[in-house]
Amino acid sequence: MSVSRRRVRAIFRKELREYRRNRTIVTGMAILPLIFLVQPLIAVLNLGASASGGLARENELLYLLAIPALVPATLAAYSVVGERQQGTLEPVLGTPIRREEFLLGKALASFVPSVAISYAVYAFFLATVEIFAQPGIAPALLRGSDLLAQLVFTPLLAGWAIWVGIAISTRSSEVRVAQQLGILANLPSVVVTSLIAFNVIRPSLVVAIGGAAVLLILNRLGWRMTSAMFDRERLITGTR
Amino acid sequence: MVYLIRWLIGKLRHRTTSPAEAPDAPPGRDEPAVHPRGDRVVRSARPAAPDGTSGAPALSVHHLSKRFGARVAFDDVSFDIAHGEVFGFLGPNGAGKTTTVRTLGTLIAPSSGSATVAGLPLTPDNGVEIRRRISIMPESPGLYLRLSVAENLGCFADLYETPDPGDRIDRALRAVNLADRASDACGSLSKGLRQRVALARALLPDPQVLFLDEPTAGLDPAATRDVHELIAELRRSGVTIFLTTHRLEEAERLCDRVAILNTTLRTIGRPDELRDRLFAKTLTVKTLIPLPEPGRVFAGLPAVDGWRQDGARDYVLAVSDPTLAAPAVTRALVQAGADVLSIGESRHSLEDVYLELVNEDEEARRR
Repeated sequence: MSVSRRRVRAIFRKELREYRRNRTIVTGMAILPLIFLVQPLIAVLNLGASASGGLARENELLYLLAIPALVPATLAAYSVVGERQQGTLEPVLGTPIRREEFLLGKALASFVPSVAISYAVYAFFLATVEIFAQPGIAPALLRGSDLLAQLVFTPLLAGWAIWVGIAISTRSSEVRVAQQLGILANLPSVVVTSLIAFNVIRPSLVVAIGGAAVLLILNRLGWRMTSAMFDRERLITGTR
Repeated sequence: MVYLIRWLIGKLRHRTTSPAEAPDAPPGRDEPAVHPRGDRVVRSARPAAPDGTSGAPALSVHHLSKRFGARVAFDDVSFDIAHGEVFGFLGPNGAGKTTTVRTLGTLIAPSSGSATVAGLPLTPDNGVEIRRRISIMPESPGLYLRLSVAENLGCFADLYETPDPGDRIDRALRAVNLADRASDACGSLSKGLRQRVALARALLPDPQVLFLDEPTAGLDPAATRDVHELIAELRRSGVTIFLTTHRLEEAERLCDRVAILNTTLRTIGRPDELRDRLFAKTLTVKTLIPLPEPGRVFAGLPAVDGWRQDGARDYVLAVSDPTLAAPAVTRALVQAGADVLSIGESRHSLEDVYLELVNEDEEARRR
C-alpha cells in the first residue's frame, strides 16, 4: 500500500489553516501553555541566588512536559468529530483518500504546532530565567540532561496524546466531550511527568530509557488502535 | 509518533501499517466496500459513448440491499445506467436514496447484492479506484467555512491528485459562475453559493459518474436554472449523472430515465413511459351545455375505449391513441350539434406517477 504525500499534505495544510482561523482552538492552544508557564516562572523569578544549590538537585522543568501531553490532546480530539459536526467528513471520505492518509494528515496537523509550542514555551522559560532571574539560578536550571529529556520526550508524549485524542474523536459525537475525554485520557502522562519533576520518581538514565521505550510502544499501539477504530461507515452514518 | 517521523523523512511509503498488518483493524472496518490496495492505478479514459445506449453500463446494480440492524434502508434494488445518461432517483424522505448513493460511492458497505460502478465491481479492493473515478456531491455542501472558496477546492484537488490543480479549479469555478468569488471565505457565502461551490468541488476530478444528492435544494429559481444548465452541459460532455431529487419537474426536465424508490424500487423508466404505464390515456371534453345523449355521441368512435361524465358539462374519454381519437371525437360532437368549449388530452405529470406509487405504498402499509 502506498501513502500519497499530496493527500496527507492536503489534510495537514487544511487543518493548519482551520486552526489558525478558529479562535476557540487558538485560545485553547494558548491557555494551557500559559497555565503551565506562569506559575513556575513566577516561582523561579522570586528565588534568591542562594536557592540555586537546591535547584541543582531538582528537575522541576520536567513539569513543562505536561504541555506536549495536553495541547495535542485537545487538537486531536477535535480533528475527526469536528469534521463530522461541520458536515465536511462525508465529502472528504468520498475522495480517494485512504484511512492512513487521513489519519496521518490529522496527526501531523496536531503534532507540528503542539511540539513547536512546547519547545517555544521551554525556550521562552529558559530565556526569561537567563535574563531576569537572580545570578546562579539559570545555570542551576539549565542542565544538559533536562534539555535532552525535553527534546526527546516532547514528541513522544505529543505522539501518544495525539493517537489517543484521534481515537476518542472517531468515537465521539460531540467536540466538547471528545476534548474533555482527550485531556482526561492524557492525565496519566501528566501525573508521571509531575512525579518525576518533583522527585517522587527519581529520574535516572534507566528511567529515561524505560520511559522512552514505553512511549514508543504506546505510540505504535496508538497508531494501530486509531486505525482500527476508524470506521468509515460508522463515521458517515453514526450507526454500526 | 514513530510513524510521523518516518513520514517526515520520506520512509513511510515502505512502513505504514496496512490493514493486513494490523490485526486490530479487520478488513472492511474502514472502507466497507473498500480497502486500500496496491499501487496507484492510472485513471482510465472516460468511455466514449455518451449516447446512453452503447458499451457497458456506467452503473450496474443487482439486488443491492442495505440494512442497519433490523432497519432496512433499501432492499433488492436493481438497475443499469448507461454512459452519459442522466438518471433521476426519486423517493420520499427515508426511502433510501442517500444511503444508495453512499453505498455506490463506497462510503458504506452493502448488506447484499452486487454493483459495478464506473466499470469496477463494488468490492472492498476497488474502493479507492472507484472513488477516483466518481464524485459525490452530498445533500449538505460540507465546505470548510473558515477557508476560502479556492482553498476549499485546492484541498480537494490535492485529495483527488488532479494534475494542474490551478487550471482545474479555475474551470470548475467558471462552470458554476463563481470565478470572481474564489478568495471569499465560504462562511460568508449564501446557501445557494455554497451549493455551487460544492458542485464545483464535485467537478474537480472530471468524474465518469457524478452523484448529485439534491443539488438544487434551497436554491433560488435563478440558481436552480444555472444548476440545470450545468447538468445539461455535463450530460453533453458525456458525464453520467445520478441525480437524487425531490423536485419532480426537475427530474422530468433533466433525466433520461427516473427510478422511484420507496425502500424497494417501485418503478423505473422514461418519465413518459411511467405515465403511460400507470395512467390510461384520456381526452377531456368540455361543452357549453350538457350533451343530451353522450352515450350516442361517443359510442363506436375509433380509439375510444370508454367514457364517463365528470361534472355537468365535462366528459373524460379513455382512449388508446389520442391522435386518432381527438379528430373523431371533434367530428362526432360537431355532428351532434354540441357547443364545444375545449377538447384536450389529459397530461399526467411525473408528480402524478410519484404520488400514485407512494400513496399506494402508504395504503399498503396501513393495511
